This record gives sequence, structure tokens and C-alpha cells, in this order.
Amino acid sequence: MAQKKWPETWQEVTPGCMIFEGGNSREYHTGSWRAQRPVWDNAKCIKCGICYIFCPEACVKEDAQGYFAADLDYCKGCGICAHECWPGAITMVEEG
Amino acid sequence: MSKRIGMEIALATAEAVALCRPDVIAAYPITPNTHIPEHLSDIVAEGRLDAEFICVESEHSAMSACAGASGTGARAFTATSSQGLLYMYEVLGIVSSMRLPVVMAIGNRAISGPINIWNDHSDIMTMRDLGWLSLFAANGQEAVDMMIQSFKIAEDAAVQLPINVNLDGFQLTHMVEALFLPDEKEVDRFLPRRKPYAALHPDHPVTMGALGMPDIFTEATKARDQALVDSRTVILKVWKEWEKQFGRRYEPIEAYKTKGADVVMLTMGSMGETAEIAVDELRRDGVPVGLLKLKLWRPFPFEEMKKAVRGVKTLIVTDRCCSLGGPGGPLAAEVRSALYAEAARPAIENALIGLGGRDVTVDDFKQMFRQAGKSKGIYEFYGVRG
Amino acid sequence: MMSTAKPISIVENFEIYAPKLVDKEEFFCSGHRACQGCGEALAIRLMCKALGKDTVIANATGCMEVIATPYPATAWTLPWIHVAFPCAAAVGAGVEAGLKVLRRKGVNPDRYIKTVTIGGDGGTVDIGLQALSGAMERGHDMLYVCFDNEAYMNTGIQRSSATPFGASTTTAPAGKASIGNKTWKKNVPEIMVAHNIPYVATASPSYPIDFMNKVKKARAIQGPTYIHCLSVCPTGWRAKSEECIKLGRLAVETGVFPLYEVENGVYRLTVETPDPLRPVTDYIKAQGRFRHLTPDEIRTIQRRVNLEYRKLMNKVEHSLSWTE
Ligand SMILES: Cc1ncc(C[n+]2csc(CCOP(=O)(O)OP(=O)(O)O)c2C)c(N)n1
Ligand code: SF4
Ligand code: SF4
Ligand code: SF4
Ligand SMILES: [Mg+2]
Repeated sequence: MAQKKWPETWQEVTPGCMIFEGGNSREYHTGSWRAQRPVWDNAKCIKCGICYIFCPEACVKEDAQGYFAADLDYCKGCGICAHECWPGAITMVEEG
Repeated sequence: MSKRIGMEIALATAEAVALCRPDVIAAYPITPNTHIPEHLSDIVAEGRLDAEFICVESEHSAMSACAGASGTGARAFTATSSQGLLYMYEVLGIVSSMRLPVVMAIGNRAISGPINIWNDHSDIMTMRDLGWLSLFAANGQEAVDMMIQSFKIAEDAAVQLPINVNLDGFQLTHMVEALFLPDEKEVDRFLPRRKPYAALHPDHPVTMGALGMPDIFTEATKARDQALVDSRTVILKVWKEWEKQFGRRYEPIEAYKTKGADVVMLTMGSMGETAEIAVDELRRDGVPVGLLKLKLWRPFPFEEMKKAVRGVKTLIVTDRCCSLGGPGGPLAAEVRSALYAEAARPAIENALIGLGGRDVTVDDFKQMFRQAGKSKGIYEFYGVRG
Repeated sequence: MMSTAKPISIVENFEIYAPKLVDKEEFFCSGHRACQGCGEALAIRLMCKALGKDTVIANATGCMEVIATPYPATAWTLPWIHVAFPCAAAVGAGVEAGLKVLRRKGVNPDRYIKTVTIGGDGGTVDIGLQALSGAMERGHDMLYVCFDNEAYMNTGIQRSSATPFGASTTTAPAGKASIGNKTWKKNVPEIMVAHNIPYVATASPSYPIDFMNKVKKARAIQGPTYIHCLSVCPTGWRAKSEECIKLGRLAVETGVFPLYEVENGVYRLTVETPDPLRPVTDYIKAQGRFRHLTPDEIRTIQRRVNLEYRKLMNKVEHSLSWTE
């Protein structure tokens, strides 16, 4: 069902405030909350996927070579990935 | 073909609900509505109705289960009274805000305390502002008819709101009355399968019950209110269809012998039947009185109300409920605001009667008519001792 | 620099490359507004992966509802319904009944859809316990997952009956005359076991494969099932966000929150705990909510943990003999 992105008037509010575009939360970029960012050193990465599985933001993505990186639009900089990557391939660095 | 039967009204109401083929029924026992879900569970047990009957552990869960079921697109029904209604209170406004049609029969009963299982309207009046459509039956036939009409009204594409049908506890629920019960074919013709606006299913995912922040809450509330205002058209349309198919006429306010009446009384629910007799007797004695019976409580029929009292000198509004510390009865408060801006309006008296099952006799009504114009204050506990 | 190399043994006793095999599709999407390092949001994300598409979710009021659906945005791609705080299990019961009857009547496609109800500890073990008990007792075909972060976080870290002894919360604060929360955590998995439902389990997102396997197992059972998932809340526990996973692991390794499942009454530990258990101080000292505890008070906690753990192990040892 069609839904205007951001309803302005009462006529545009969907009945019951139902939302039909699943996952449209992606339009809200939580990356701005971040004070630190994770940086990957692929040389140390063993491609285990632990950083991917433990990210609460679902923003660690695998690339074609099997390495991982965070989508910085959403990464909140919690540091979980860096903390859990036991080969130490991820470092948290201050946002400048 | 409808058949004429003599049956306890609660049971007939259950039969009417079953004719509407509800998919999910969730209910919790409380006097005096209990015979309705009991009889429905009988009907399911006999295999006459294919429905899921959920014996919930509370009324809060009854209404919540109805919300969940309605969310899937199922036709959902529940029934309750008094404390049960108050126990589900939290969920009532949510169901309407989510635009989930649910049909509920209320066997009206006083709310505690002191605890009292008998009839008045204090239960339904607590939920008057929660976005439900609300009908009042004056007798068993109306209860049966309104039950069936309710599903059609609530599920209409333009409405998609919950609705309650009010039956006075004991006075209606436990009375045996001769009435017409439509047959399956007739009801199937009148009431098609529900077509939900949205339904919980992975083939078309939807988020129901989102958080409304301050930037949208006013708009969402206006939209809700408008949905109720607009439902009036659908209610009138469905009543027309009903009249055409079943020959019984329904209108928001039914007038009885109001022509030329100086004093008119307004009632809701079963008291209208007794008040009619009082009107008949007074008219026979040459006293020009009349009666208005309100059948549509929400959305409140403002226009019909203005029209109905034109030329009336005194309007006695009866209320089976006291808005404690407030303006008297809730019905009178509504009528007063409906008529406030009218240049010519009747004097309005408000009699609080029939509280907690107190009998109101024909003589009582005659007495109230005779006392018209003598009321002290804006409301009065009619017949209160002391 | 927060990353520190750790020995492989503490990663988890599952195949270390297993995360690579997990379905990449997300049903609980980025852009939700949970705090940094929220263990509850992570747990939901993992649960959804294990559930897959043919699922309907009923959600109690709480952090997870608030952070995921500020209208007109939703983090959910699964069909989802929220009604109120105390009644998620009843809403789920209605959903389950609706889906069942609509399928039976041929209104919906002839395909099995799982109903899953989720709630926080408050929405499950306190205000929602009655609705939960009713739904489980009636035997609805529904999985209920409690995301237990051990307090009412959404309203500002008030204690619940799942708050552990000695934790400081905003309604059970530590002070000169108070140890903080004075009661022991209510054992709701045991209450669920007492309902004689086919499957009860404890879980933690720190053990994602174990958690997801449990969700899959419960999903496959057509009947009432319950998973109690300890979900670290860095905000409410006054802990470092990056230690979210580690804290969940410590809860298991100290025996504070053992991971087990109860299948038709038979108890089984699903994640081995070290023998002897790690001392509870390892777990407690990493959390600000326990900061005020004296060594004596910690010893009291240790004794209780030992006792509860022995009780559980007793069931693990003997429950097989209870079955026919
Ligand atoms: C009937 C009712 N009482 C209180 C609240 C306020 N309230 C909303 S969420 C919440 C706490 C939720 O705690 P929990 O279930 O543990 O979930 P969490 O936020 O911790 O994930 C409370 C108390 C409410 N919404 N409804
Ligand atoms: S956790 Fe570390 S080693 Fe494993 S995939 Fe991620 S970056 Fe590579
Ligand atoms: S820092 Fe946190 S949010 Fe960012 S990628 Fe790592 S785990 Fe995800
Ligand atoms: S308060 Fe705790 S549970 Fe709630 S969103 Fe923040 S971290 Fe998650
Ligand atoms: Mg909580």
C-alpha cells in the first residue's frame, strides 16, 4: 500500500498509523550518534564473521572477498565488533 | 426465512453472533453477560459454528486477543459487563486507535462500589471517549438485529472501528422475549466476509501499533475523530439496508408520540419500553407528552438531537449513571452541549434513575413527566430516599 | 583502542566460522534507535534470523517496541503488532487463533505461519505474567521470547522481579540503608516448566548459534514454547557498551545464568560451564549497578548462585529418569 514518507496533515496519516514499508527505519541514519568508528585491518582478519553476527545495528556487511566492514550510516560506534574480534583486526578510532 | 422464537435475549444474541460467523471469540465470565459467551461456546461445541473460542484468563486478555485476531483479518467478538469492561479498559482505546474492528456485547451493569451486579449504564459511560461506535438496544429484537448490523458497520471499508452493543443487564440479558431470528442465508446475504484494510501476514507485512510522537499525535487523533464522525453515514446506510431486507426500521433517535408534546423524555436502553407505557397512559389522560429513544450513542447524533426536540418545552433526560462530581448524567451533558447553540431550545432536566438495578416503574415515569419544570438544580437523583 | 586479543576458548564452543553461515537477510533492520551496544536489539536481530519470513510478531510495550517503530518508521520487515504492556501473550494468542482459523477456512494461503510473542522482563515476568501463563496453559501454538535486561529500562531502570539481588535501580537504589534490590531474581523459566509445555530454554545473544538453534527448535514445535533470553543492557547495567557480549558470556561462565533447555521435562545444559565456575565477582565487577556491593554481600550472592546451579545440575542429571 502506498504511503507518503513523512505525513504532514491528518489526512495523510495512515489508518491506525499502520506502516506498510517494512524496514524503512533505514531512512534514519544512526551513524550520527557515533563518537568512535571501527576500522578494519584485513591483514589480520580470518573472515570468521564474528563482527557481523554480534553487531546490534545489523550494519556489518561482508564484501565480495569475504572481508567485513561497517556501514557507517548506521554504526553507532558501540565497539562490540572490535572487542569481540579476537584476532584483533578491528580498532576503534575517535571520530575527528 | 426468519423464524419467530421465544428465547432468553442473551441466548438469542449469541445465536445472532453465531449467524455472523465470527472467526475468533475470546471472553471471560462476568454477570450478567455470561450467557452470551456460554451459549456461543455451546454453538461451537455442537459444531454449528467454525470458530476459535479462547477461554482467556481475564478481560484484559479477551480484548487483547480480539485485537490480535482482528489484526490478522479475522472477525472477532467478545462480551463483558461492568468490572470486566473496566479490566479491559486499557486495551479499548488502543483497539480503536489501531482501526481494528471488534464487536463487543455489553450486558450493562453498575460498576463497583459498593459491588453490585445489577443494571445501570455506568460501565459503558466510562468508555464513551475511547473511539468505539456504540449502540443501545431497547429490547431483545433490537439486540439481535444490532448484533448483526454491528459487524457490517464495524468492518465497512470507511469505518474499520470497534463497536459495542449495549443490552441492559438482567432487564434484557435474562428476559425471555418473542423475537425474529434471521436464518443463515439471510445473514450471509446481508453480511459478506470481512475484507480487512490490512492483515498480519508475511505475504504483505505491516507494522501495527507504532509509537506516535508529539509531531504526529494530534494529526492521528484528528484522523481518529473524523473516522467516528464519518461512520455516521455508514451506520445510516446499513440501517437502510437492514430495513429493506428485514423490514425493521432503525434510526439514531426513535421518536414516540412526540408530535405536539410539551414534555418529552429521552431514554437509552430498555427503559424506553416502560416509558412508552407511561406516555400511552398520560396521552390517554390528555397530557401531551412524548418519548425519544436514543439508539446511537457514539458517534453522538447531534443533528438528529437538535431536530428531535424542536418545539419541545421541557426535555427530561434520563441517565442510568452519575458522573460523580460532574454535570449529572453523561447523556444529559451530551444533550446540553448539542443544544447549547440553538436559539430555541427546551428546558433540560436530568433525572438519574435506575441505578444499580433500582426498578423504574410506569408510575415513576408518569411521576417524572408530571413533575416536569419543577426540577431543582441541573440534575436530580430521582426517588432517592432522605 | 579497545580491542584485545583473546584465546580462542572463550569465543564460544561452536565452530568459529559458523556466523558466516547464518542467513544474511535482516528482518530487524538498521536505523532502530536502541542505545549503543544494546544486547536486546542484538538478540531480536538474531531471533528473527532464526525465525525467517513466515512469522508474525506480537510485541509488548518496552524498549524494543519504542526504539523500532516511531511512526512512520519501522525497523521490522516481519508482520508485527504491538498493543500494550501487560498483554503481549494474549495478543499473540489472538494472532495465533486468527491465523489458524483463517487458514482452515481457506481465507489465507494454506501455509504454516508461526506466531512469536516477545516482551521485556517487565512485560513478561511482572505485569504480563498472567497473560503469559494463560496463553501457555491454553496451549497456543506460539513461541514466547522474554528479553530479560533485568529491569524496566524503557521507563528509566526501575527494578522488576527479574532484577538480581544487590543491583541498584532507580526504584531500588543502593544507599546507606539499602543494598539496592533486596529480592532474588524470580525464576520464570521454572514457572514455564511447571506449565508442562513441550519446550523451555534459557539463551543469550552472546551465544548466538545456541540461541538461534533454540529459536529454530521452538519454532518447529507446534505448541507453546518459551525462551528466556538474558539481554545485556549497557545503559541500565552501567556497563561499557563494547562489553555487552562479554558480560553475557560471564553470566554463563559464572553460573549466574546457565544456558539450558527443557524438552518435554528433560533438562539439558546446552553450553558447557567451566568447572569450577568462575567467581561471580568477575561478572559483578564489570557492572556499575553492583559497584556498591561489599565483599560480604558478594559472598552472599556467590552462595546463592552455587545453590541454584546445583539445583539445576541435579535436574540435568536426574530429569531423564522422570520421563516414562
Ligand atoms: C499498564 C502500563 N503500566 C506501565 C507502563 C509504563 N511502561 C512502559 S514500558 C515499561 C517497562 C518495560 O520494561 P521491560 O518489559 O523490562 O522492557 P525493557 O524496556 O526493559 O526492554 C513500563 C513500566 C505501561 N506502558 N503500561
Ligand atoms: S571478527 Fe575480526 S577476524 Fe572475524 S571476520 Fe570480523 S574482522 Fe575478521
Ligand atoms: S561499532 Fe558497534 S555498531 Fe559499529 S559496526 Fe561495530 S558492532 Fe556495529
Ligand atoms: S535502555 Fe538498554 S535495553 Fe533499552 S535500548 Fe538502551 S541498551 Fe537497549
Ligand atoms: Mg527490561
